[in-house]
Amino acid sequence: MRFYAIAVYLFLYIPIGVIAVFSFNAGRYAAQLQGFSTQWYGKALSNPFVMEALQTSATVAAVSATLATIAGTLAALALQGVTGKPRMIFDALLYIAVMVPGIVIGISTLIALVTLFDWLNPMIAAFWPVAESAPKLQMGKGSLIAAHGMFTMALVVIIVRARVAGMDRSLIEASADLGATPLGTFRQVTLPQIFPAILAGFLLAFTFSFDDFIIAFFVAGSETTLPIYVFSSIRRGVTPEINAIGTMVLTVSLLILVVAQSILQRGRRAQTG
Amino acid sequence: MGAESLTGADKSSIAELRGATKRFGAVVAARDINLSINRGEFLSFLGPSGCGKTTALRMLAGFEAPTEGDIYLDGQRVNDIPAHQRPVNMVFQHYALFPHLTVAENISYGLRQRRPKPPAAEIEAAVNRALETVRLPGFGPRRIWEMSGGQQQRVALARAIINEPKLLLLDEPMAALDKKLRHDMQIELQTLQRKLGITFILVTHDQEEALSMSDRICIMRDGGIVQIGSPRDLYDRPKNRYVADFVGKSNFFEGRVTSVAGDTADLQGAAGISFIGHAGAGIAVGQRAIASLRPEQISLSRGDGGVPVTVVNRIFLGEHTEYLVQNPDLGQFLILASRQAEAGEGNLEPGETGSVSWRDGAALILNND
Repeated sequence: MRFYAIAVYLFLYIPIGVIAVFSFNAGRYAAQLQGFSTQWYGKALSNPFVMEALQTSATVAAVSATLATIAGTLAALALQGVTGKPRMIFDALLYIAVMVPGIVIGISTLIALVTLFDWLNPMIAAFWPVAESAPKLQMGKGSLIAAHGMFTMALVVIIVRARVAGMDRSLIEASADLGATPLGTFRQVTLPQIFPAILAGFLLAFTFSFDDFIIAFFVAGSETTLPIYVFSSIRRGVTPEINAIGTMVLTVSLLILVVAQSILQRGRRAQTG
Repeated sequence: MGAESLTGADKSSIAELRGATKRFGAVVAARDINLSINRGEFLSFLGPSGCGKTTALRMLAGFEAPTEGDIYLDGQRVNDIPAHQRPVNMVFQHYALFPHLTVAENISYGLRQRRPKPPAAEIEAAVNRALETVRLPGFGPRRIWEMSGGQQQRVALARAIINEPKLLLLDEPMAALDKKLRHDMQIELQTLQRKLGITFILVTHDQEEALSMSDRICIMRDGGIVQIGSPRDLYDRPKNRYVADFVGKSNFFEGRVTSVAGDTADLQGAAGISFIGHAGAGIAVGQRAIASLRPEQISLSRGDGGVPVTVVNRIFLGEHTEYLVQNPDLGQFLILASRQAEAGEGNLEPGETGSVSWRDGAALILNND
């Protein structure tokens, strides 16, 4: 039993370990180790294409995570009052949104947006004074943000709602009893109580968007996110520079996940008092 | 009262429920509750879970609106006034302290909701006074989870009294405390109530708690009030078997009423054993009823002058000893013998036989409902 367990873990983590090790390779070929060096990290960070892709990824992740967090939190709060069959339907839709494969979300978002744009663009052009200079809606950062935001919103709802459900209802009543208006209660009791979940939701949404390749690949248009850059570089062969980028993304993602998890856990302790 | 109830609430009462009924779908949680609460009194709602006592309290707090009837606070109809605008504060069953705030921040919460907000120095002084009142001086900067159950309860109390509410509502505040602590808290609550002069309304299923603290007790069943009275009234003059059973321990013997003279009735029980005592409301000759006898009103002796019994079990309670005895006709019942009464006779061991007797007039003849 133990042997199999170890084998499974080795199988899972050896490739990742290899990437991390080879990112410190002094040589320029990915397949042979030639001493220790951090030069590839320097090269990666001074590569203007990498930096531009990083900026695109960070912008998309920050904006989509923010939108997803706001919409997701509001949805989680609103869902408190929903019970019975409608609740079951909402719950099912939420979990489906999380479990649908990225490729399906990617394709369907692409088709939906392209259809919408094809329908809207002639109308905009028709109302624009000079038809030639009319703005054209197309794939880009906006569509990336929309696709990622929709996907990660379901995630935020699930995380925040667990927290809202675990919250002691009598705290809300106690606040009202002590003279706080409904808005005052929300600001002084509900928000501090669910804040850890909101923050954790934001961080998870950010990582999912930042790391996502499949959905981005379909809807990015001419934009290049970091995962898309890595994918296209690999076609020219795996260089230690790519390993360095991969290792950095992995480290940052893991760090954010650990932070999100510890926030959630500390929040749970504070909730039970 | 007639003319007054048309114009407004009775001036001597701080709060009033008039025909208050609360339905949740098909369930009637509170049924036509009429109750006038006196200024400065300590009133308890007593009953088993689901009897409507908490619903009555929540209607006063403003967490539930009555489906029918009216709620008055200090002469004003408050049916449509939400909880946060009512001059009423509550101590919640599990305290509902805000875990993200310190003890001092919890206590000052009510003051900080006022507009305009009182100056910081004033709030601090009030918090310190409240901490003194509940005997927790210097605990202000602590976190809630650093406090023990008993301390948390005091914080909840301090938080509720800082606003000087017209009514202080207590929803089973002692349920989470152990027995010793509960007793101390009961005494403290009573002292506090006298000191502050605030009207206290307590919800409890613990009859001892209600009996020891209240000026008046409101016994509830199935959403309605069964009887309202002082603890002594309820103990000595219960309206029916339910009240007699709920307030203190009692033995019940079924039988038929053979005579009623004035307020005294005679009930013939099993094997012609007679019970004479105060007749409850609506007791008439010929009807089936029950005789209620408190365990301390029955005396047990070794001789054979009374009803013969066999001792089934004996529990030593310190100053008293509780006997469970058996008679072939009356079945099993309880006797509470004081140490003093036992001194001459010596203890009866389980299995030994003796006889029991009670004075004429000791029983209560009640309707069996």
